[in-house]
Amino acid sequence: MTQQTNLSFSGLNAQQIKQLERESRREHWGRAWYKFSRNSLSIVGAVTILIIVFLAIFAPYVTPYPDHATKPFTDFANASQPPSLEHLFGTDEIGRDIFSRTIFGFRFSLSMGVIVLSLVVPVGVLLGLIAGYYQGTRIDSIIMRTTDIFLSVPSLILALAIASVLEPNLSHSMIAISLMWWPWYTRLVYGQTTALRNEFFVSSAEVTGASTAHILFREILPNILSSIFTKMSLDMGWVIIIGASLSFVGLGVQPPKPGLGTMVASGAKYLPDQWWISLFPALAIVVIVLGFNLLGDGLRDLFAAEEV
Amino acid sequence: MTEDILTITDLKKHFVIGHNGLIHRTPITVKAVDGVSLSLRKGETFGLVGESGSGKSTVAYMTVGMYRPTSGTIRFRGEDLFDGSKERSKRHKKEIQIVFQDPGSSLNPRRSIKDILDLPLRIHQPQKNRLEEIVRLLSLVELPPEYMYKYPRQLSGGEKQIVAIARALATDPSIIVLDEPTSALDVSIQGKVINLLIRLQQEFELSFLFITHDLSLMRNVASRVAIMYLGKICEVADAAEFFENPLHPYTQMLLSSIPVLTEEEEALKPVKVESRGEIPSPVNVPPGCSFHSRCPYAEAICKQVDPEMKEIRPGHTVRCHLFASDRSQA
Amino acid sequence: MTRQPLLEIENLRVGFKVYGGELHVLDGVDFVVNKGEKVGLVGETGCGKTTTMKAILRILPQPPGFIESGVIRFHGRDLMQVKDREMRHIRGQGISMIFQDPTAALNPVFTIGQQLEPVIKYASPENRRLPRKVIRQKAIQALRDVSLADPERLLKAYPVQLSGGMRQRVCIGMALATNPELLIADEPGTSLDVTIQDQVLRLLHQLVEERDSSVILITHTLGIVRQMTDRLYVMYAGNMVETAPTRRIFTNPLHPYTQGLMDAVPKLTGGGVAHGIPGRIPDYLHPPTGCRFHPRCPHAMDICRQKKPSFYTVEEAHQVACFLYDTSSGADSAPARKEALA
Repeated sequence: MTQQTNLSFSGLNAQQIKQLERESRREHWGRAWYKFSRNSLSIVGAVTILIIVFLAIFAPYVTPYPDHATKPFTDFANASQPPSLEHLFGTDEIGRDIFSRTIFGFRFSLSMGVIVLSLVVPVGVLLGLIAGYYQGTRIDSIIMRTTDIFLSVPSLILALAIASVLEPNLSHSMIAISLMWWPWYTRLVYGQTTALRNEFFVSSAEVTGASTAHILFREILPNILSSIFTKMSLDMGWVIIIGASLSFVGLGVQPPKPGLGTMVASGAKYLPDQWWISLFPALAIVVIVLGFNLLGDGLRDLFAAEEV
Repeated sequence: MTEDILTITDLKKHFVIGHNGLIHRTPITVKAVDGVSLSLRKGETFGLVGESGSGKSTVAYMTVGMYRPTSGTIRFRGEDLFDGSKERSKRHKKEIQIVFQDPGSSLNPRRSIKDILDLPLRIHQPQKNRLEEIVRLLSLVELPPEYMYKYPRQLSGGEKQIVAIARALATDPSIIVLDEPTSALDVSIQGKVINLLIRLQQEFELSFLFITHDLSLMRNVASRVAIMYLGKICEVADAAEFFENPLHPYTQMLLSSIPVLTEEEEALKPVKVESRGEIPSPVNVPPGCSFHSRCPYAEAICKQVDPEMKEIRPGHTVRCHLFASDRSQA
Repeated sequence: MTRQPLLEIENLRVGFKVYGGELHVLDGVDFVVNKGEKVGLVGETGCGKTTTMKAILRILPQPPGFIESGVIRFHGRDLMQVKDREMRHIRGQGISMIFQDPTAALNPVFTIGQQLEPVIKYASPENRRLPRKVIRQKAIQALRDVSLADPERLLKAYPVQLSGGMRQRVCIGMALATNPELLIADEPGTSLDVTIQDQVLRLLHQLVEERDSSVILITHTLGIVRQMTDRLYVMYAGNMVETAPTRRIFTNPLHPYTQGLMDAVPKLTGGGVAHGIPGRIPDYLHPPTGCRFHPRCPHAMDICRQKKPSFYTVEEAHQVACFLYDTSSGADSAPARKEALA
């Protein structure tokens, strides 16, 4: 209330200020959408991901046979049926509906990606910001040499080792993937932070006496978010592939849960006669990974040339 | 005579840029600033002019605390800015502000004008109503209050620089260091920014340390002018005296290199000292007078002995053997 | 003293497709360079100088750019109809370009020789058959022409080993090595220090005088064109607003924009800094109707908001696109004109 009266001398009231804020936001999003949508493939990517996320969330309601994926289930009478109207993707060697299991498989793949990235990104980004801002000091060398060590361990082997020492299950393989993933974010953020800390707007904040936290999170981070989001989108695809690879070799999602990799693996024995058992889960992996990659490319365009 | 608000004494900044040798490592240093002394009076505009590599910006950055001097002192009203402690005091951060050269880089592209102006207020004027202060700052620099919600990308180069000036004003400083504030702008905009600065200077009794390479501009705004070449000041004088009676051969070379518009200006240039030679690398400054490699009047002594600053007339000081006392009598 | 036209541009319109519509950047540019003439093109950031030059060289990125209309003739031939192959030839031998930033114009991973020799070799079919030794000799001569000491060694040097001034000399040498009929210099020396810029420009001036090449000097620094050119075009927001022999325009600028620009430059004679021109360069998405300068013009009249002015010849070879100088339209503008000139 007091602010409103104080501002009156400027000829603006609270309502007008809100209006301005709204217009500025609309312009911002309008421009963003224009840049994103100029590449029709990014739209394809975004729509694909939206559909997959929708299917995954509402899997129990959109699938014809949710029980085939959530409960131990066998129906040998209907085993190894080729695709039909009843079973869109056919059935597997013990009679489960592959379509339903694939949709549920998205759940594991997506949650794996989301969980791994939500572990990895904050840690990696924070370390990268700190190391980049204190470039040339001891803090920089400690953080960056640590990332070098992690990066020099072959990642899939590390994951295999962890998953086999500990009990093989989804959460252990996620820990394994997270361990080898954070240094990439540290590197990405480090590179950009070292460039940004020399920008005059950072100097200006320092000269005025802003806190280090302000400089890291308010001045530098917003300028890097774009590349972080882009990388996250591309990484979702990668994490899903690695997750699928781990479950393919039996270290990820455990049967009877429908991991996409597990499904490909268990169907592989029946190739080429009963091709649908592995083909559809494999295609599902391709579609989800492609979707995230196209989306990532679109995000990159969106954040690229600032001036258009 | 007004008081000196900022005194810089024998200021040096040497950067180590690498090492020579594998075992006996001798550092390679750049003497970016090598013994600069000057004083800034309250309410004046002091023009510090030089080409790239002259060290003028390094002086500016030390004045606002972006670098610590290698030696020498910078005093604000007699208080040493780098008095042993690692951080400058909050008061000095408030009193000495800076406007940077590149308006594209000096405003964070991801923050709105409101956020940008809010930061110095939050640190130095937390007790005030900040929204109201922001509106006041914008009106001071003649920008409409709607600009609060704009982002730097939506502003022209001139407007960005005006916002940067508003940000510098936000702490209510007594000194603003202007690091080539208009060199990235078009001439038609430059006038607006310069006249705004002059008005603000009168309104708030600001002192400007104006870093630039543009002598024509200094003719019109500075009360005193100093020329820097390879880390040293080679001539200082009151602006009128400086342009009517430039003494140092480098000053003369600079003046005669300026592309001008009218015959009247052409007439003001000193006898043409044609520019020649390259600016030596600051890593490899020539011995003696650092200008001797390009100086048309260089003699044997110039290659060996670095001349001292010498006051030729009251307020007019030159670093050149041509004006050494024993020779001027001869 | 009518010389033959070398380059003629008529009614060139260029636009760019962006968010929210099309930017109408070039709004009917007319421009002539005669043989052996040194022409200055002055205008501020974003006025379309560089777009014009890119259109001439056919290096305009399309999309987002597109040419709406216009004719560009070089030696009487329409450059827009010329085949790509031939265009390469014209770019190599007929028209050369010097860029603002010599650091960006030279590739850092090749030596000067590796960059200069192909320029000479591929300039013409005859050169292509020359033995390597002769080409090297030509390259050395090109560097000697721009007063670079020790050209043999320079050919083996990388761009980082040279100072900014030397790099700009190399670029000038490279541009002139093929004896182009037309040299386009885009802000040469702007990135250099004043004293070095002065050296480079004096050298450039001397070289083009010797060769009697035609030159287009693009710059926003008025003082530079005064020293270096015979005739001057002033450009504002995608239009040529005034052209005259350089000397005339500096003593008697007619267009309100030219006058404002001249006023705005700080003078060595002192007397404070003029306020410049109010407002800012128009938004090309929605450019002003009529004369694009009218929103910033102190003499704007009703007609300026409605109609685009064409070139009015005020005196011999002095043309200005401004209704203040329209003698045909009768009484209503005459008083305003007097007032403006007073």
